[in-house]
Amino acid sequence: MGTTDITACGRSLGKETGLRKKLMTLAASIMLATSAQAATPPTAEVNTTGLAVTDDTVKVGILHSITGTMSISEIGSVQAEKLAIEQINAAGGVLGRQVEFVQEDGASDWPTFAEKSRKLLRQDNVAAIFGAWTSASRKAILPVIEQYNGMLYYPTFYEGLEQSPNVIYTGQEATQQILASIDWAAEEKGAKTFYLLGSDYIWPRTSNKIARKHIDKLGLKVVGEEYYPLGHTQFNSVINKIKLRKPDVIFASVVGGSNVAFYKQMKAAGIDFTKESPLLLTISVTEDEIRGIGGENVEGIYASMKYFQSLDNDNNKEFVAAFKEAWGDDMVIGDVTQAAYLGPWLWKAAVEKAGSFDIDKIREASPGIEFTKAPEGYVRIHENHHLWSKTRIGHAQRNGQYKVVYETEDLMEPDPFPEGYQ
Amino acid sequence: MFDGYTSSELMSIFAMQGFAGLSLFSVFVLMALGLAIIFGQMGVINMAHGEFMILGAYTTYLTSGLFESYLPGLFGGYFFIAMILAFLVCAALGAFVEWAMVRHLYRRPLDTLLATWGLSLILQQAYRSIFGAREVGVTLPDWMLGSIQVTDMVDLPINGLFVMIIALSIALGVYFLMYRSGWGKKVRAVVQNRPMAEAVGINSAGVDRATFALGCGIAGIAGAAFTMIGSTGPSSGQAYIVDTFLVVVFGGAQSLIGTIISAFGISQAQSTMEFFLSGSMAKVLTLLVVVGILMLRPEGLMALKIRR
Repeated sequence: MGTTDITACGRSLGKETGLRKKLMTLAASIMLATSAQAATPPTAEVNTTGLAVTDDTVKVGILHSITGTMSISEIGSVQAEKLAIEQINAAGGVLGRQVEFVQEDGASDWPTFAEKSRKLLRQDNVAAIFGAWTSASRKAILPVIEQYNGMLYYPTFYEGLEQSPNVIYTGQEATQQILASIDWAAEEKGAKTFYLLGSDYIWPRTSNKIARKHIDKLGLKVVGEEYYPLGHTQFNSVINKIKLRKPDVIFASVVGGSNVAFYKQMKAAGIDFTKESPLLLTISVTEDEIRGIGGENVEGIYASMKYFQSLDNDNNKEFVAAFKEAWGDDMVIGDVTQAAYLGPWLWKAAVEKAGSFDIDKIREASPGIEFTKAPEGYVRIHENHHLWSKTRIGHAQRNGQYKVVYETEDLMEPDPFPEGYQ
Repeated sequence: MFDGYTSSELMSIFAMQGFAGLSLFSVFVLMALGLAIIFGQMGVINMAHGEFMILGAYTTYLTSGLFESYLPGLFGGYFFIAMILAFLVCAALGAFVEWAMVRHLYRRPLDTLLATWGLSLILQQAYRSIFGAREVGVTLPDWMLGSIQVTDMVDLPINGLFVMIIALSIALGVYFLMYRSGWGKKVRAVVQNRPMAEAVGINSAGVDRATFALGCGIAGIAGAAFTMIGSTGPSSGQAYIVDTFLVVVFGGAQSLIGTIISAFGISQAQSTMEFFLSGSMAKVLTLLVVVGILMLRPEGLMALKIRR
């Protein structure tokens, strides 16, 4: 990291001197206006960098794949972001302005993500972008959003090892998801041996590296580590290996269509997850994926995430009801969908705290922002642009839902650069 | 790597590993037969093969839904109806595609490649619009789930056995159709010498259409069978296409026997190596071996010797 951070700071410092005066007057005007609620600060004050902000509207961008192979996963995020924007508008908008969105399709193609984000920033002058899903698409957007100084709200749980001044990561980074789950397996289930299995790309490999390190630290044992190409559909050989090594826990980060093949074949090979020998712990199967795999095939597995649709709290009940009303009763909500829902709300909070749509001011205002109405409970933005959040373990039921069996007492601190990985 | 295991444990693992290889073999055969018929007999590279398979899978999905809501009592047997329907639907679409598109492109192999690739994109987006971008879950009757426990450690997956039986019967069916029936004789005549076949009164356009439809129909059955072991989504077909081409090209384009031998070789190599190495390395090594052999035998394992 380092380099990107420093240059970006330099950039923001340069602009700051001119802006500080305006910020002061703005703060004053807000203080005056708060009593008269309908306060709409003049556009010239809240937008000094030429964003698409008028006296009564502000434009934001939504950039996900709605065609191509990733659309399976990303459509849920689009729905969540649209719902959040709609609710924000119903509640009076942001700084008195209704939020309008421009939606672009990344088409599951990384160069397209870069191109569309450039379009959103340069042509539409959007005040924020809610988007990207895979790490590859985020990496494609990154240079563009840093060059033109935009703000991206990125919803997916991911491998970490990144921290950009122009991105707020609303999903968990790898250590948040993994450390708690391994502690849980060791303490609650008495697990001694682990078999790490994933699809062959950066997220599973980094996740397993973190997992392996933590397992070693606890004095437990990794008895196998395997990767299969994306889209792989034949898992019989690895299932045999697992049967031979008899691990206590299979730690799985298989993604996409491979998931379906993997769980169906595990089940067909006579491995009954409900017997928990071995116990299967996944960091990649949300309620969304279960729809494709089939509840009967994953019944009994455990997942470690920060959000499950079945979470029992008032925020979440409201959110689930609103989501189903907007998009249909048969919808299911996975971890990433909820994280995507946080994006617009966190942006609104940052804008209101900064009293401005300007990116530099949002960046400055973001750390420390709390969102108490989050469906997952309470979240707070860390200095490193990731979220403090709880990690939970869900137990898969036959109906495709998870039952929450464990949650960390405290919020997990995001640590995108765990020691030994720089 | 075998330290600390008893010999009976090792025996049962090898038994299961053998079974894993055989079930991969039958998957390959199912995938490749349809393509081999079209590619081998007509010289058309059907890039939309994977999408025809997925059409079969979606047909199965719809059939399972119908049985669940209207004929729950017969649900246990729906899969057989679904396979027949999958064959019919895919064969009908195949015949239409041949009539509307492919027949205008014979003798232009590169153009058929592009055209069928375009068709695959159209089909994928059509599935996405009709069935949604998410994968659908095909409910299987209970008797198909689970495994037969032979000994304490050896479990034979029922769906694996089922795929094996389907692959075997379709391979036999194709063999009889191609080598023991009058229609097969016509097909082979057209492949070997089109003008002469026409001269003796064979309707070569009709033969082409039927061949293409047959290939697509078999892809449909394969797709239906794969709902048991894989995913059903708009772009799931892409996962199969590379392996399918690999098997067909390696076997020698015009030989069905070659296709089966190559499916056997590749599946055994891959599943054995997967056991000893990691999944990705196994794939790399398999591809390297295939490339090496193709360099020595560019026509594939079993080349048909005809004058051109």
